[in-house]
Amino acid sequence: MAFGDEGAARGLGGLEVTIIATGVANVASVRSAFERLGVRTRLSAAPQDAARAPLVVLPGVGSFGAAMAALRGAGLAGPLAARIGEGRPTLAICLGLQLLAASSEESPGAEGLGVIAGRVTRFRGGARVPHMGWNVVRPAEGGTRVEAGEAYYANSFKLDDGPEGWAVSTSEYGERFVAAVERGDVLACQFHPELSGEWGLRLIGRWLATSARRAEGRVAAC
Amino acid sequence: MLTTRIIPCLDVRGGRVVKGVRFAGLRDAGDPAELAAEYERQGADELVMLDVSATLEERRTAAETVARLRAVLSVPLTVGGGVGGVGDAARLLEAGADKVGVNSAAVRDPELVARLSERFGAQCVVVAIDAARRAEGGWRVLVRSGSEATELDATGWARRCGELGAGEVLLTSWDRDGTRAGYDLELLRAVSGAVRVPVIASGGAAHAAHMSEAIEAGADAVLAASIFHDGQETVGSIKRALAEHGVRVRLREGGGRERKEQRR
Repeated sequence: MAFGDEGAARGLGGLEVTIIATGVANVASVRSAFERLGVRTRLSAAPQDAARAPLVVLPGVGSFGAAMAALRGAGLAGPLAARIGEGRPTLAICLGLQLLAASSEESPGAEGLGVIAGRVTRFRGGARVPHMGWNVVRPAEGGTRVEAGEAYYANSFKLDDGPEGWAVSTSEYGERFVAAVERGDVLACQFHPELSGEWGLRLIGRWLATSARRAEGRVAAC
Repeated sequence: MLTTRIIPCLDVRGGRVVKGVRFAGLRDAGDPAELAAEYERQGADELVMLDVSATLEERRTAAETVARLRAVLSVPLTVGGGVGGVGDAARLLEAGADKVGVNSAAVRDPELVARLSERFGAQCVVVAIDAARRAEGGWRVLVRSGSEATELDATGWARRCGELGAGEVLLTSWDRDGTRAGYDLELLRAVSGAVRVPVIASGGAAHAAHMSEAIEAGADAVLAASIFHDGQETVGSIKRALAEHGVRVRLREGGGRERKEQRR
């Protein structure tokens, strides 16, 4: 495939991402996307990896409550909240984005990572749920990794409003909701970049490139 | 705004793509991974792989085929056929499926839909319904690849599946499957009106006008097999025609890569 070469051409070869795997989420597609970019993947549920690994991916499938219970049970909630709070390279996907909030309508009483403000609610109105398929993404103003295009979604819940201090991209499905938030080297997407074709692979590539450069100290932290 | 999905379907048996008419008379239609990669290049929004193995021996190869598809695909993959329980679903997801389709086993044990939904999330669970017209009106559910009729009403069963936690209904008209006579629009209207989850129309597509009708009848996505395998249409040609009909589809970004790869 051309993407491996593309990844190598971008200088992504030799990188390794650590995918947080608590057994709740399905990670085959995430692994496959990174491998197509020429990047090695490693699964881990160890708190020291969540704290110190250079590049961390937080996938999320399943329910808010079950996912948080799994993260807490493995001692991952604290280290993840800390690295995201500090803007260190973290890619959160789908439910992974919602886990950044303090709570969700999906699992009343369950406590999230609490690193961003905002409510996670179910889609209302007449639209079919789950929100399933390719939807238009409107990138945040001020230039970010997310470019205009269409991304693949499979979600029933969403973050209503972007938190202050973060670059917020949006989509619409009966109402406007948060497509992605970015701050420092943290990129959290409601859509699935790993299933969003070339557009998604390019986005992952940009997150890797900026994160890796910063990790090597070639770019001053902003 | 959400776009309408165009979904090529690969019926796979013993590691090869096959296709028949009304679930019978299967003929070889190519290598699954090659076809999958080609369909993604053409702009497929998602792929469905149905394992139509007749023997245990053939079925054992299904997970390998899923892994081969995953390695070449950057769009979602639904895998169905022969899913009897949570363990089967877990194996397919681990091999690289993003969603699992369940059919006969759910009819036997409807609670299976709830168990799959609890374990993997509703967005992972596609209930496939094979529906055949009844002489007296309405549609009955068929199981075991259409070989066995039940007394279940297709509309009621679809509604029940939504309530049990299905995230999507893949609705195949047995009467139209492989016939190229167009989707069963009455069936689509009845089922899409009965459920709140997305409905994928399947069975009978010959061209974009059929798909446009299906979307108007309430389909959220349209699935086809024969017309793509035979090269009669490409996903791109279907999407361009649909866009002219005013249907919102995801069009390739200028189609640059498609052309480049053809030249190579």
